[in-house]
Amino acid sequence: MHMADALISPAVGATLWAASAGLIGYSSRKFKEEADDRKVPLMGVLAAFIFTVQMINFSIPATGSSGHLGGGMILAILLGPFSAFLAVASVLVVQALFFGDGGLLALGCNIFNLGFFPCFVAYPFVYRKIVRNHLTHGKIVAGSLAAAVIGLQLGAFGVVLETLFSGITELPFVTFVLLMQPIHLAIGIVEGLVTAAVVLFVFQARPEILYAVTRVEPIGAANMRTVLAGLLVATLISGGALSWFASSHPDGLEWAMLQTSGKEELESPLGLHASLESWQEKTAFLPDYGFKEAGVNVASEPLSGPSWPAVDAGTSVSGLMGGALTLLMTVCIGWGLRWRERTAA
Amino acid sequence: MSLFLVLGVFRMNNIGKKYFDLEYMDILARGRSPLHRLDPRAKLMTTLLFIITVVSFGKYTLLALIPFLMYPVFLVSAGGLPAGYFMKKILTVLPFVLLMGIFNPVIDRTIVARVGAVDISGGWVSFLSILLRFFLTASSALLLIALTGFNAVCGALTNLGVPKPFIVQLMFFYRYLFVLGDEAHGMDRARALRSSPAGMVRTKTFFSMTGHLLLRTFERAERIYRAMNCRGFDGRVPMLQPGRMSVRDFGFMAGWSFLFFAFRVYNVPLTLGEWLWGSLR
Repeated sequence: MHMADALISPAVGATLWAASAGLIGYSSRKFKEEADDRKVPLMGVLAAFIFTVQMINFSIPATGSSGHLGGGMILAILLGPFSAFLAVASVLVVQALFFGDGGLLALGCNIFNLGFFPCFVAYPFVYRKIVRNHLTHGKIVAGSLAAAVIGLQLGAFGVVLETLFSGITELPFVTFVLLMQPIHLAIGIVEGLVTAAVVLFVFQARPEILYAVTRVEPIGAANMRTVLAGLLVATLISGGALSWFASSHPDGLEWAMLQTSGKEELESPLGLHASLESWQEKTAFLPDYGFKEAGVNVASEPLSGPSWPAVDAGTSVSGLMGGALTLLMTVCIGWGLRWRERTAA
Repeated sequence: MSLFLVLGVFRMNNIGKKYFDLEYMDILARGRSPLHRLDPRAKLMTTLLFIITVVSFGKYTLLALIPFLMYPVFLVSAGGLPAGYFMKKILTVLPFVLLMGIFNPVIDRTIVARVGAVDISGGWVSFLSILLRFFLTASSALLLIALTGFNAVCGALTNLGVPKPFIVQLMFFYRYLFVLGDEAHGMDRARALRSSPAGMVRTKTFFSMTGHLLLRTFERAERIYRAMNCRGFDGRVPMLQPGRMSVRDFGFMAGWSFLFFAFRVYNVPLTLGEWLWGSLR
């Protein structure tokens, strides 16, 4: 459930970047305050462990689908929320850069979905509330299972909201929710069981690791309040500023261009048509524009010729031709550069 | 534990492949093309600007996105990178995007263009736009690493103000990824040699392997910590400061930024097509 750059708008991407960057800064400060040098290599190596285990796809019986471990919950339980958040973020950075899983702009969304929810919501408010300071087998299983399920449900819902606010896909909200939540419930249960098994194993083999984490002060209510307030401010500022910018600059500008050029076109029948058309066609392929063009095209019918009774045949054909030509040029530039590289070497 | 036994079978055959992939990206980053020698900060900033420009287009933009292919094509060609390898890599992450976008043609059936007798609906245009965006953004991120290397990108991030503990975590994680990968790969090979050739991992075996891998992980972390202490580790990790950016670095950034801006403002393919269509008629 990695979000991809192709599916989000700049406003959504930037808002969650700001939120995740703020959380990384906050966690880094907390990590420094904890001042436990021992954790430096442990965090790195545990993140590598999670990365390795994530490659093991397990099939979910009777569904025919497969899932892989998010691992955020295991890291939170073994390292505590702040170190775990940094570790999850580092795994996601490597996945984005090396495997194109997610993307650079969507990295903020992914860190938030897979790091914030397990580390700062499910761990303190579910796992710690169930387990408290008395580690027993039953409590560990119940806590891990509940926390993993809730963390993943919130993460999946995050994906739905981010997709919805970006508006790139046509997926209707209700359908998407009904698609995402049950799938992630199944994955969450499996992940919760695996998490519980791993934590139980650590509890039996190296109990001191779990006790060390419980000794570190849990995230208090006051602490969380600062985090949430900071997040809210960051979201409001970046989201507000960027969505205003996004809506008024490119789209708004194009809309304005469309409106003005459309009107002018109707006033001046043929003379200015050619020059104005180039303005108008910058917004080609806009759906509501297609209808407008139909009205306009009646006037310019003789120009585009009777053989094309099209909505905007001229635009479509020249668009296709131009697209092909640009592609061809790009490929030629690539071949040229490659040839130069080879001959130089 | 008996509950886990019925959960199903686990597959563990792609560990070696994935680690080979990581190593290969590192090998590519050691190339000696002029692009490899550029300052990591210049490449990082240009790539970020590229991605932001690409996603800033409206959902029905298709034509205007085509000129942006020039950036990944330039990086692959001038950097002497294997294009086919990156294509394959991108295809492996395509399914999620495909799944999310495939509903567009189904739901959005407004006709926006017609070529000859073929009607093109808005849904298809936005779906193709998603695919093109995906290709552009995913390829640029992969190419950044293949031309720069992970540690150099981390260095650039430090210069751009990313908190030190996070950078240290990134570098430790990356360093020990290979060590742990070797260990997991060895375990898996040992398991494969002792079991049926199907390559599937039974649930019980999976848990036992994961548990032992985890124990080895802890031990490894302790050994690393002791070794670091012996070498005078005091909680700080010193890092080499990169030099100043040269005129070439600024030139690369400025040149591409200008092109991205130009491609954002002018619909190059449409202008070309109009000119061509006009001269043909």
